[in-house]
Amino acid sequence: MLLLGIETSCDETSAAIVSGPSDDGVQLLSNVVASQDDLHAHFGGIVPEVASRRHIEMILPVIREAMQRASVTWEDLQGIAVTNGPGLVGSLVVGVAAAKAIAQARRLPLVGIHHLEAHIYAAAIHGPLPFPLLALIASGGHSHLVLMHGHGKYDVLGRTLDDAPGEAFDKGARLLGLPYPGGPHLAALADSFPGRVEPMPRAHISNSRDFSFSGVKAALARAVRTTQPQERDRARLAAAYQESIALSLTERTLQVADEIGDSPIFVAGGVARNQRLRDLLAQRAAAAGLRVHFPDPALCTDNAAMVAAAGVHKLARAGPDPPDLDCFANIQLRSWDATTAS
Amino acid sequence: MQRRRQTAVQLTSSPEQTRSLGRQLALRLQPGDLLSLRGHLGAGKTTLIQGIAAGLGVTDLVSSPSFTLIHQHPGRIPLYHIDLYRLSAADVGAIGLDEIVDSEAVVAVEWAEKLPADLLRNALDIEIVFDESDEDARRIHLRARGPRSARLLSSLTENCDADTRP
Repeated sequence: MLLLGIETSCDETSAAIVSGPSDDGVQLLSNVVASQDDLHAHFGGIVPEVASRRHIEMILPVIREAMQRASVTWEDLQGIAVTNGPGLVGSLVVGVAAAKAIAQARRLPLVGIHHLEAHIYAAAIHGPLPFPLLALIASGGHSHLVLMHGHGKYDVLGRTLDDAPGEAFDKGARLLGLPYPGGPHLAALADSFPGRVEPMPRAHISNSRDFSFSGVKAALARAVRTTQPQERDRARLAAAYQESIALSLTERTLQVADEIGDSPIFVAGGVARNQRLRDLLAQRAAAAGLRVHFPDPALCTDNAAMVAAAGVHKLARAGPDPPDLDCFANIQLRSWDATTAS
Repeated sequence: MQRRRQTAVQLTSSPEQTRSLGRQLALRLQPGDLLSLRGHLGAGKTTLIQGIAAGLGVTDLVSSPSFTLIHQHPGRIPLYHIDLYRLSAADVGAIGLDEIVDSEAVVAVEWAEKLPADLLRNALDIEIVFDESDEDARRIHLRARGPRSARLLSSLTENCDADTRP
């Protein structure tokens, strides 16, 4: 089927066209992302009112552009998928309203997608998902380890007890006086440090599958406060901080992968773009005999391609949602009801 | 009539003690109470709110809402955990805070210095500062903005054996 995906849960307005599912996974025909990073950099952070207004301005041009690039007309579309939570309500509602209006007008089946399942399904664009798999979703707002037994069958095994890793990167960048968005700036500063670095202390939570990043954040805050670091010291601190976060994610993920058997690991979310995390996880997973997959960097941050990829599978297996689909600021990841499964 | 306490300082020496103070505070909270938290990155604002949530009977995992802005937790009294870290002061109105503050829940706001003063009329201000005596030590300054939070503060300090210098 040809499906339109829509994503407006936070800072990006995005629309994508996919076809599938087939034996090769989901075929991506177009993926258009209008980022608000420049806009928010001006304010030094996100401004919900501004974000919402920008989504309203961008949503129709972005959808049109996605359809044009895919050479798809309204008549060709066979379904619509849209992120309906979690996220900023003022942002979510723009995508959901657009999706509902198009679904009504074109009499198309509509399906709501959870933001975390969208991140996992970014991997379905490269090929069929091999189940069971262990997904690590590491982003600004999330840090989840999810065991997926099959399409739409989720077990959340671990979460962050405090800060998400992308948030830790962002706050670390702010502590080091780096501009918004902080993650890439902190990584660049860290990577400029020559040689090896001793990682900052990591949280050791025994008998747990959870993450914690507030301790390392407090350690960096203390280091900055007490030493007032100069340029070279800031690079060393950034490297030690990044190393600690990358190690925490890597060690916990491999521990859980080991506990549940030798399931392949799929990394998703904005932090999956971090090169140090990629190198470390790939290296340690190889040493442990585990397979690890990273999505295309363009599909790590929020985008509609992953929403559409989840949508084709969900429509095929769980059927459409009612036309009065709502959106939710906070909503847990739930397995699909397969009552209408074919 | 007994004069209500307007300010107090509590010392904690570990995140566990900070959570414990949060639990003590939570036992005295009523629906509609507003807690406005300040403190630098890593001071322990989320840690204190984890204790408050536990004391309110919240069983959810309480993590930082810096990116997600608002977490709503069901409990004996429901808790709204709000974080204004990523917002500019001019735009906090846009997330519907005035309605949340008027609800029958306890509302705890991190980076509350960005809140407009009229929303804070009855708030209990909580400022967490690093105490250089030890890396895990914190001084927690409590300040009542109105009679309602003054009653709360008096009740807390009567039963706590921590330092309560004005």
